[in-house]
Amino acid sequence: MSAMTLRINGTTRTTDVDPETPLLWVLRDSLGLPGTKYGCGMALCGACTVLVDGQPVRACTTPASSVAGKNVTTIEGLATSPTELHPLQRAWIEHDVPQCGYCQAGQLMSAAALLARTPKPTDADIDAAMAGNICRCGTYQRIRAAIHSAAGQIAQEKSR
Amino acid sequence: MSARADSALEAMVGADQHLRELMHDIEQGSGAAKVRACKLDRRTFLKLTGMAGGGLLLGFQVSDTRAATGITADFVPNAFLRISPRGQILIYSKGPEIGQGIKTAFPLIIAEELDAKWSDVVVEQAPVNPAVYGRQSAGGSRSIPDSWDQLRQAGAVARSMLIGAAASAWKVPAAECTARDSAVWHGKRSLEYGALAAKAAAQPVPDPATVKLKQRSEYRLLGKSYTGVDNRKVVTGAPLFGIDQWLPGLKFAVYEKCPATGGKVRGANLDEIKRLPGVRDAFVIEGNGKPTEVMPGVAIIADTTWAAFQARKQLRVDWDESGASKDSWKGILGRAAQLGKQATGEKTTISVGDTTAALTSAAKTVDAFYTYPFVAHAPLEPQNCTAWAHDGIVEFWAPTQTADRALQTVAGALGVPVEQIKINQTRVGGGFGRRLMNDYVCEAGAIAQRTRAPVKLVWTREQDMAHDFYRPGGFHALAGGLDPSGKLVAWRNHFITFSTDGTNPVSGGNMPEQEFPAQNLPNYLLTQSMLPLATPCGPWRAPRSCSVAWVIQSFLHELAVAGGRDHRDFLLEIMGQPRLLQGGLNTGRAAEVIRLATEKAGWGRKLPQGHGLGLAFHFSHAGHFAEVAEVSVDPGKRIRLHRVVVAGDIGPIVNMSGAMNQSEGAVVDGFSTMLGLEVTMEGGRVEQSNFHQYALLRMPHHPKVEVHFIQSENPPTGVGEPALPPVAPAICNAIFAATGHRVRTLPLSREGFGV
Repeated sequence: MSAMTLRINGTTRTTDVDPETPLLWVLRDSLGLPGTKYGCGMALCGACTVLVDGQPVRACTTPASSVAGKNVTTIEGLATSPTELHPLQRAWIEHDVPQCGYCQAGQLMSAAALLARTPKPTDADIDAAMAGNICRCGTYQRIRAAIHSAAGQIAQEKSR
Repeated sequence: MSARADSALEAMVGADQHLRELMHDIEQGSGAAKVRACKLDRRTFLKLTGMAGGGLLLGFQVSDTRAATGITADFVPNAFLRISPRGQILIYSKGPEIGQGIKTAFPLIIAEELDAKWSDVVVEQAPVNPAVYGRQSAGGSRSIPDSWDQLRQAGAVARSMLIGAAASAWKVPAAECTARDSAVWHGKRSLEYGALAAKAAAQPVPDPATVKLKQRSEYRLLGKSYTGVDNRKVVTGAPLFGIDQWLPGLKFAVYEKCPATGGKVRGANLDEIKRLPGVRDAFVIEGNGKPTEVMPGVAIIADTTWAAFQARKQLRVDWDESGASKDSWKGILGRAAQLGKQATGEKTTISVGDTTAALTSAAKTVDAFYTYPFVAHAPLEPQNCTAWAHDGIVEFWAPTQTADRALQTVAGALGVPVEQIKINQTRVGGGFGRRLMNDYVCEAGAIAQRTRAPVKLVWTREQDMAHDFYRPGGFHALAGGLDPSGKLVAWRNHFITFSTDGTNPVSGGNMPEQEFPAQNLPNYLLTQSMLPLATPCGPWRAPRSCSVAWVIQSFLHELAVAGGRDHRDFLLEIMGQPRLLQGGLNTGRAAEVIRLATEKAGWGRKLPQGHGLGLAFHFSHAGHFAEVAEVSVDPGKRIRLHRVVVAGDIGPIVNMSGAMNQSEGAVVDGFSTMLGLEVTMEGGRVEQSNFHQYALLRMPHHPKVEVHFIQSENPPTGVGEPALPPVAPAICNAIFAATGHRVRTLPLSREGFGV
């Protein structure tokens, strides 16, 4: 066990854990951020996707020590502010994407990373960026539509 | 067989009996937990909930401080509704939200009859109390049909009291007043519900059975699209799910069971485990030997989930497998192939006409042997439950599909009076039938009885795959006969299924005598053989239909092709005149959805090279669904599913967005499962452990799904399941149309297909 300092959603957090503990369990059990989900523990399903310095990573296989000094963004920190959701979150609500909703935090984080680097993604871009995220309920069609819609929304807001 | 092995087997058989009863309940909408609470008058409600005084609601966790202080002017006509003087309308959704959208659909039904503005409504999960709420389960697509009248009455009672209050304030007859948009109107004047709350609470409560319900033409809310009431919480990562529960002093547990069902603990390296970092305790639980409750195993209690998972990797258990499953899928395949050579099985389920003679005299016959595998539910949220033994009760935070049944099941398993069990329903990260069973709830309770602290049990993905109640595999040796005009005149099915007790088929592995097309043909023979099995089986999304529809609808297509017939015409001919058959299939509704699906899909149009269209129909869970798939297959047997058109009749739609989402998801689930998913076992152990061996469909391969509903004037029914069964046969029929290859074994990967 050792004290570890992490930068999560713009806030510095210190916790006392085994440095090899996956980021997922530090977030969920030690830092009170359960929005990032456990699905497989093998980086196969993407439910635990978070952003590390803007890149999507699977928190279930990422040792917490490896992200020290980096900026970690979880689903709890995706919204622009407590009152203003990220355009993807708004699009998810508008398109009524979730069924059970369990995978959607990971889906949103992967989509956020996609739009940050590819503001106007094609269907092929979406396929490539989202292939690591399983939706057991099968909401892929709505996820795709919501990503396109959020991309359009962001472009519109920028052109203002 | 030793006495001990006998008793282990008996316990497993007992569990299967439990599952059979459960299946019956969810299909029939009856059962132990089902209490007819439709006549929920206020007197009964007060008695049941201990509610006292004007509008004060005790025993409910209401996030309204006025309720706690007893100072309230809220209007609380029944257990479903609370209207505050500020006009906020709180609606309790009684059943589990498992992704089927019921937490939005149930309140919509109440709000419609209440004539509420949807924007005034906030929704909370109801407490688990079947004596008050009736059925609090999600299964069999029964939520809407079982609760429709009850919820409409709950809303209508409140509306009637609000109108009464306004009429009395205006001193006009109630019959001259109407309700709209959370207000009562008389001519041009109006009073909002919030302003009427206190007066409405003083109104006499009418008998719910006598209140006037709205006509469908008067609906303002139902049938339109609504986004899920918890969507904002879902997309912001709020702690909604079972696995997200947290309590002060919470400890974390894993529970290791024998990988072969029925194995017992001889011993384990508990002392070593207890010394591991972050581990608080480790102990053996004997269990009661029921897979649906508590099987023998070792519990590890730790400070974090990760510490518990790490300790589990060090755990060495000496299993006594003398009474455990020895099931082998390879062995099963061999025995089924032998049995499949027989035209008929050991038991006749139903015999119509003289099928043997009709097949002999038929102008053309087709024989086929169909095989499908066991499959897992694999909900993305692994099984988990938080339990806390405190203040003389055992309290649970459970992601269960059967909150009502869980009370009795858990009480029995723990040896605690049911009054000492409290269950809080959480959002459920995927049901698909897995969480009809409450084994993980019982396990968490058994662990919590040994720990002073509240404890959260989380299964690993590997444990979730290893300890499911699987959709049983099955085999069908078929023969069909056509007359000289290409009309289907005879059908013989030797169904090879499984039994744990030697008498009854396993849950989800039965075919009833009404199964289509038994009532549509002059000669029909369904017989059954059973292979012994120890692996637990259970309902999987659209139980039975999810497997047999593929066989029936594929073989029908084989016969249509053999007779040189257009598949749609052939199917419509078999449906015949519109009539209601035993079991609920309405051939008229069936014909309508078949016509609609084929019309929307452009049936008969010229297709691009290498493309094929496939059609299938299935009736299940009171829903009539026809689907048309368009596929192309490349020379490397790579399938592309371009588009699936779904046409369904489930009566009037409650939430259009929800109904379409369920149908879209059912198509993806159906395709995903038929494509490459199978559970195989050797030595009683399931061989698939995680998503690399159980490869669910991903974003690049989902089809475009188009959904069309016929909103017929029939009572509304559920949509969680019935869109799934036609998917696999429609796709296989399309593969045949594209390639001439008939798929008779699932998953498709077994015949060399992939995406």
